[in-house]
Amino acid sequence: MGASLAPFQHFRTLRTIILAIASRARPLLEVVPALLVGLLLGAALMAAWGYDPWKAYLALLEGSFGNLYSLASTLSKATPLILTGLTFAIGLRAGLFNIGAQGQMVLGALVAVAASTLRLPAGLHLLISMSLAMLAGAAWSLPASWLKVRRGISEVISTIMLNWIAVWLAGYLLLHFLNDPQRGGWVSIMAAPSARFPTLVPGSELTYSIFASLAFALAIYWVLWHMVPGFELRCSGLNPAAARYAGIEPQRSINLAFILGGLAAGLTGATQILGRYPYSLDNGLTILGTLGFDGIAVALVGRNHPLGIIVAAVFFGALSAGGGLMGFRARVPLDVIYIVQGVIILAVAAPELWRLMRGLILALRFRRGRSLISSSSPSRDPGRG
Amino acid sequence: MELFATLLTLAFQAMVPITLAAIGEIFSERAGVVNIGLEGLMVISAFFAVVGAKGTGDPWIGVACGVGAGVLVGLVHGLISVYLHGDQVISGVGLNLLGLGLVGSGMVALWGGPLQLPAALQVPSLPAPWGRVSPIFILMLFLAAFTWWLLFRTALGLRIRAVGENPAAADVAGIRVERLRFGAVIYGALLGGLAGAFFSLDWTHTITKTLPAGRGFIALANVVFSKLNPLLALLGGFIFGFFDALSYWVSNVPGINRFVPWQFVRMIPYVATLLVLMGAIGRARFPQALGRPYWRE
Repeated sequence: MGASLAPFQHFRTLRTIILAIASRARPLLEVVPALLVGLLLGAALMAAWGYDPWKAYLALLEGSFGNLYSLASTLSKATPLILTGLTFAIGLRAGLFNIGAQGQMVLGALVAVAASTLRLPAGLHLLISMSLAMLAGAAWSLPASWLKVRRGISEVISTIMLNWIAVWLAGYLLLHFLNDPQRGGWVSIMAAPSARFPTLVPGSELTYSIFASLAFALAIYWVLWHMVPGFELRCSGLNPAAARYAGIEPQRSINLAFILGGLAAGLTGATQILGRYPYSLDNGLTILGTLGFDGIAVALVGRNHPLGIIVAAVFFGALSAGGGLMGFRARVPLDVIYIVQGVIILAVAAPELWRLMRGLILALRFRRGRSLISSSSPSRDPGRG
Repeated sequence: MELFATLLTLAFQAMVPITLAAIGEIFSERAGVVNIGLEGLMVISAFFAVVGAKGTGDPWIGVACGVGAGVLVGLVHGLISVYLHGDQVISGVGLNLLGLGLVGSGMVALWGGPLQLPAALQVPSLPAPWGRVSPIFILMLFLAAFTWWLLFRTALGLRIRAVGENPAAADVAGIRVERLRFGAVIYGALLGGLAGAFFSLDWTHTITKTLPAGRGFIALANVVFSKLNPLLALLGGFIFGFFDALSYWVSNVPGINRFVPWQFVRMIPYVATLLVLMGAIGRARFPQALGRPYWRE
């Protein structure tokens, strides 16, 4: 009797699990309309510039999930995005708008290159380089933290200034200290082979750095939701006044948020230098791109939660990985990706848009139903949804 | 002496976008709406100013196109932050990314890459005692005075400030909160658009996707420095513009490269911004309801 019921019970457990996951993932599903609007407006703009959006998106899909190589490429692009997404998300959880991941990442990358001059056994060398890069990222976030806590200067301004200072500092160091005389010009020395992340999927850019990235995300999850300082950080972000009443020092939380964010951004720099060809920095910092800023979109779509950020990073990683094939097949400039990102962020900024649209659809449906009975159309204010 | 005249000319150029964008932002922030998307706003305006100027062959029509593009961007930001009660800061970040993508891809689509403007499409400059001056500089002085007068000497200005301080009370007093806030955002975007057009058509004579290079955020620093006063924004703009100009000027002074690496010279505007903010006397008091959306009861 019991044995015959068992499979049914299994089904019920499975159903409970799926429902639990679905209810947890609800905030994540809520951003799906924003993603669609982003892709749609991106397509509209491609059409306006004279490109074929259909062809472009097909290439994008093939280039990001089409085969094992594409998938590996997507995951390798997601690796740094998880980290810079965390930088922004940790800040936001503490009530900060830390948009300094870009500069902190540059510092991490510089230190990762510099650490190549050390002579250490493989593995240990990687570990030391990674740690130093993380510390460098954290160090670069400290001025912004100090200015915020001591001088009340908005981190929006100070982090952007530090980003630009980092760019020129990198230019200086690349030319005078980290320069590779054999390769000439403004290219840094290459990261020592003993300090590189081993490749995970042969022939692709996917390395073990993705595990460093994932581990960091889980660690941040643990710190924020299972440790006291993280709890305090989230409290002071939600309501600084109430946090202070409860005996929490918001200043300490601000410092902690900047430091944790800086560690993540510094690690981003390390993953790029130690985990991607050409294992070095050039004058334009090409290998870093705008990863620091891309993290903002990742964090917002991932709802500022480490696990959500991992999912969001794969989405944006796919955009970036598929972008190459998209550019090749449909001749679309890569910058179109930023339009998609920008529109997604705008759409995320205004969640009422969805309620408004749903209200509008309901109103239209209602009107159609009514028109069968009488010709009078009801007026409905969709404004408040 | 001649070197200093050059420095002054450069400073008067560099201060224009920082000041114009800051004055517009002050107006918008006084009504309670912050826009950290100035960088994106300026680069989009700069781009469409070039599109307009190239299309018609007239730099002034180009400036009008740039201002128009700025107003359109302002419409988006205003809709999101006023009528949709969205997050103003996040919307601003979206605008910055949109600017990067729109200009980056538009440049390639239209001209195949960055562009250098021919002299015929540049805004002609006027003679001045110390050299030459841009007509937009004169316009900026006028706009600073006008915005100050509007904010502090008219009934409309009082209402705008009321909407930024306490929208609920203003609403009870019969003021249309949404309409005023939306209008203030548009006015701010208009000045930001003018700043963007100045960037491409009048100052650098080129267009790239990172043309403002952080100056949208320096303008935000100017808002803090000037304590949300349009006339003080002129002073702040001059200080920030001066350091910006200094970095160009120093790199042209012979012999100085031997003492200071030029990369450090390029850091000057950003370091100076941080130092000026640190040294600014007293803290700026922001409107009570800044950044907070208002729901009518």
